[in-house]
Amino acid sequence: MTDYKMHLLLCGGTGCKASESDEIKKELNRVLENHKLQDEVQVVSTGCFGFCEKGPIIKVLPDNTFYVQVTPHDAVEIVEEHVVKGRPVQHLLYTDPKTAKHIPDSKGMDFYKKQIRIALKNCGFINPENIDEYIARDGYQALGKCLTEMTQDEVIKEVKDSGLRGRGGGGFPTGLKWEITKNVENEQKYVVCNADEGDPGAFMDRSILEGDPHAVLEAMAICGYCIGADTGLIYIRAEYPLAIQRLKVAIKQAEDYGLIGDDIMGTGFNFRIELRYGAGAFVCGEETALIHSMEGLRGEPTFKPPFPSVSGYMGKPTNVNNVETFANIPVIINKGAAWFSSIGSEKSKGTKVFALAGKINNVGLIEVPMGTTLREVIYDIGGGIKNGKKFKAVQTGGPSGGCLTKEHLDIPIDYDNLIAAGSMMGSGGMIVMDEDDCMVSIAKFYLDFTLEESCGKCTPCRVGNKRLYEILDKITRGKGEVEDIEKLKELSGVIKDTALCGLGQTSPNPVLSTINNFEKEYLAHVLDEKCPAGQCKSLVRYDILEDACTGCTLCFRNCPVGAISGERRQPHYIDHNLCIKCGVCFEKCKFNAITIS
Amino acid sequence: MTKIKSLADLRKMKEEVQSKIKLRENSDNSGQLVQIKVGMATCGIASGAKDTMKFFIEELEQEAIDAVVTQTGCMGFCYAEPTVEVILPNKEPVIFGHVGKEKVHEIVDAYIKRGELVDGIIPVNFKTIDD
Repeated sequence: MTDYKMHLLLCGGTGCKASESDEIKKELNRVLENHKLQDEVQVVSTGCFGFCEKGPIIKVLPDNTFYVQVTPHDAVEIVEEHVVKGRPVQHLLYTDPKTAKHIPDSKGMDFYKKQIRIALKNCGFINPENIDEYIARDGYQALGKCLTEMTQDEVIKEVKDSGLRGRGGGGFPTGLKWEITKNVENEQKYVVCNADEGDPGAFMDRSILEGDPHAVLEAMAICGYCIGADTGLIYIRAEYPLAIQRLKVAIKQAEDYGLIGDDIMGTGFNFRIELRYGAGAFVCGEETALIHSMEGLRGEPTFKPPFPSVSGYMGKPTNVNNVETFANIPVIINKGAAWFSSIGSEKSKGTKVFALAGKINNVGLIEVPMGTTLREVIYDIGGGIKNGKKFKAVQTGGPSGGCLTKEHLDIPIDYDNLIAAGSMMGSGGMIVMDEDDCMVSIAKFYLDFTLEESCGKCTPCRVGNKRLYEILDKITRGKGEVEDIEKLKELSGVIKDTALCGLGQTSPNPVLSTINNFEKEYLAHVLDEKCPAGQCKSLVRYDILEDACTGCTLCFRNCPVGAISGERRQPHYIDHNLCIKCGVCFEKCKFNAITIS
Repeated sequence: MTKIKSLADLRKMKEEVQSKIKLRENSDNSGQLVQIKVGMATCGIASGAKDTMKFFIEELEQEAIDAVVTQTGCMGFCYAEPTVEVILPNKEPVIFGHVGKEKVHEIVDAYIKRGELVDGIIPVNFKTIDD
């Protein structure tokens, strides 16, 4: 057994690699060898620490010293001072911006742990197919506590006091929803879990169901107790087979233990849970459409009121909550409303799970307290933009939301701030875009999605969105006129005001927010017939730079339409009449000889 | 299957299963168990987590190392799938990213057998509710 006494963990994330972390590793190893310490100290490269702004980072184990902005030049000092003499190198320590003091132990640094896992507490920790592991982590304790020690009103008060708001996007106070449903008199009521996650690039709910299905079951039973329902239904799309399978296993195990079913824990409370499958239509995430789909009808929304809490599934009072909302409930009951509401911002309590996707280094699932800034999410946790490109925008709220730009990087993320900034919280998809993304094309992409997913019931959504799409398409083909931008705005306003359900009312948001934030880009398309990001194929032109072309013939051989000609070792040429602008030549060229204009 | 008939039952049960899991973590006899958790959400499986789990089981069997290999949900590091958490007896858990066949061999050979860290550790960057 090799007995290393000390480990130097060196960040090898993309950001730190760009600032010479490989060089630092070499240097550290060289200096260690000089001191004959190579058998006592091991240098290990790690994944991203999530603090790229201060990279490269070195963490020393076992003492947890955390060095920031290390250069290869510092290797000698780290080895000679810290490793040999045991004295931390003061000037490389992180300085707390508030106290202006050096912090030697990373455990005392709050930036380093920007995430706190509440809804994801068991995700990636327990085996989701083993109920014992859930029970060992306080599983079903909250349900037991509610059933035996608390009245319905006490539980509802706790949920209300916690400040929990619906995590599906709307942000309606959960406790209030429960109270309204409880106060409707009826023999039969239902609890519905909305697991119809449909935003492009969002996978928060799937991950929770796959990683911690019991938390959702437990919360549904608690909700059932509060509102007086004996049946819970989980509406889940059939395209989530693993989540469905794990839910089935979890329901079976909970039933075997008597934690759901009849006479739960000897209290006389009955609650059973069933699954209902959806076919993956986006509109079925809207609660009235979801309920109709469960009833076997077409997944079309109906006008509210009546709200589901009055007349929902089979005309009975129904409480619909999203997966992530439910996942917060057991923790709130176990740890108390005061604890929960101490996390987050003034009007948005607790945490929010986000699925980080797009042009970002650390694509993944994160959970941050409400009030965290976009900058922290993108640069500290997400590790910054891929390939060192510039940040351009981030789309939150999926096709119903809008884009946020550089100017919004420092606003604290919560329900109200995002709406004020022209976007919305949504269910938690966050798609990051860099300088190469064309915002008109992005708006067109989301409109295309909405068109596909519109149920077609009301005219503003069915026809209005189609017209919006056509105008956007015209602009990306370079055929747009200045008046089109006004038309887009006007039509968007009409659709927002007149569409029947949330899908239609929010579908113009991506168009409006891209016009608001990137009007110049729209103007470049219509006035100069140019796409500044080089994305709109009709507006770009590929050319070969004569001076840079070596005549390697690689582009010639890869062009799918034979538009490139030229002799070996002689500059090549593109025939613009034949070119279909597929971009293959640009990707293949090893000499940067192909330009896009 | 025993039914849980009261909150007291549930609390007793929690202690039982907890001590069972503790035993697994803290046993200091020669049959010390190594725990390996493979992230097996859809994202992990799509990047080959099932094979990773299989490689671990085979490799550990070959080396006659007593270990528990289990699945778990998404750890959140989608950019580094498959991800695996390794818990050596009396040690802090360590998470490794991009664990393919080669990496499994490296982890078993260097970290599990000799206690040497290997490249590709993913630093834990979140607080838990117990912190």
